[in-house]
Amino acid sequence: MDWGWIVDNADLIGGLLVEHLWLSGIPVVAGLVVALVLGVLAHTYRWSYPPLLALAGVVYTIPSLALFIVMPLVLGTDVLDPLNIVVALTLYTSALLVRTVVDGLDAVPPAVRQAAVGMGYPALRRIVTVELPIAIPVIVAGLRVVTVANISMVSVGALLGIGGLGELFTAGFQLRFFTEILVGLVLSLLLAVAADALLVLAQRRATPWDRLGSTA
Amino acid sequence: MIDDVGTYLTDPARWQGSRGFLTRIVEHVEYVGSALLVALVIALPLGLLIGHTRKGVGVAVNAVNASRSLPSLGVVILVVLVSGLGRAPVLVALTILAVPPILNATYAGVSGVDQGTVRAARGMGMTERQVLWQVELPMALPLVWSGIRSATLQLVATATIAAYVAIGGLGRYVIDGFATFAFDEMLAGAVLVALLAIVLDLVLALVGHFSVSPGLRAANRTPSSSRSATA
Repeated sequence: MDWGWIVDNADLIGGLLVEHLWLSGIPVVAGLVVALVLGVLAHTYRWSYPPLLALAGVVYTIPSLALFIVMPLVLGTDVLDPLNIVVALTLYTSALLVRTVVDGLDAVPPAVRQAAVGMGYPALRRIVTVELPIAIPVIVAGLRVVTVANISMVSVGALLGIGGLGELFTAGFQLRFFTEILVGLVLSLLLAVAADALLVLAQRRATPWDRLGSTA
Repeated sequence: MIDDVGTYLTDPARWQGSRGFLTRIVEHVEYVGSALLVALVIALPLGLLIGHTRKGVGVAVNAVNASRSLPSLGVVILVVLVSGLGRAPVLVALTILAVPPILNATYAGVSGVDQGTVRAARGMGMTERQVLWQVELPMALPLVWSGIRSATLQLVATATIAAYVAIGGLGRYVIDGFATFAFDEMLAGAVLVALLAIVLDLVLALVGHFSVSPGLRAANRTPSSSRSATA
């Protein structure tokens, strides 16, 4: 381990860490929004769920590097545009979370739904203010999986020149320099652990009624 | 642009030779297949053991969760730098990434079998071995197959990435195309890899469907958590 290199290149490493953060973070937020909209639609209009699920399955089957490369065709961007990575990861995120959102909404106890209907809640308001909050633990469980996956997938972008901490892997490989690769690996793992812990905390905050006997 | 990819991919000359599509597809399937075999040999017995005895579940859960946050490119590069260029190190890296999804699905499937059913089997005089092979494994099979599918997708993706450290396979077109600014070559590689992943997933889904006992097929629902995220 070359500690001197780490100190000398703290700026570079910090910059890549920040890049990694937004390359993986924006897709999580954007993908969650898309998945919530699609999930609520699929929950309401049941017939749309099987085709949506099939489409999500196909998206999820495509290897990340392949999806990154196909993006310029769809978006009209340059191969080196970070937008390719962000949009591709947003697609993965929404593909995985749609199912989670629908599962979460389906798991709302019927009595709760009926009580809301009986109180005169219109459909959309009932879903947003009653059913979605109850579905939070299920949705956060999916969000944790997809966040960790995004953080590890961003590195693949380094093969196309935009990969956050992944660029430490490619640079380290070119120079046969272990320290650089290890720094990339450790920071990437730490980032995943930190993001996961943050989501668990956020869920506790968002579902104060769920604190007793919660396993999520 | 899409037409360009079409003509590129349908050009017969590009399908032949040692750098042709056909060779690269076979190489890719070879990497995926051999890593999958080794991963199965490691993960299946271990998963069955953990699922049946319910010992070491905590360790397994933590190991599987930790493995999800491993960046596959970093793992491939690290293993290759430690053990040298060539096929074997890449296969080691691929196997490392394929074990967790299979292990996870196997022990989750076996330990998820209804305990009433297991006790009934024991009550009928089945030995532990018979309980495992004739009751728990058949009932866990849908989940085991979904784990194998996850692992396969992970392998197809990572074998592509591994072209960066100089092996064959379809990733060659992506890496070499990027190095020479040949976007059509990259795109052809990307399309072929995506198609390969979709075809392999379909084949495994079919094999999985028909290998599951007909009596269990009606209940063949895989929970969303079972198909873990792949790179």
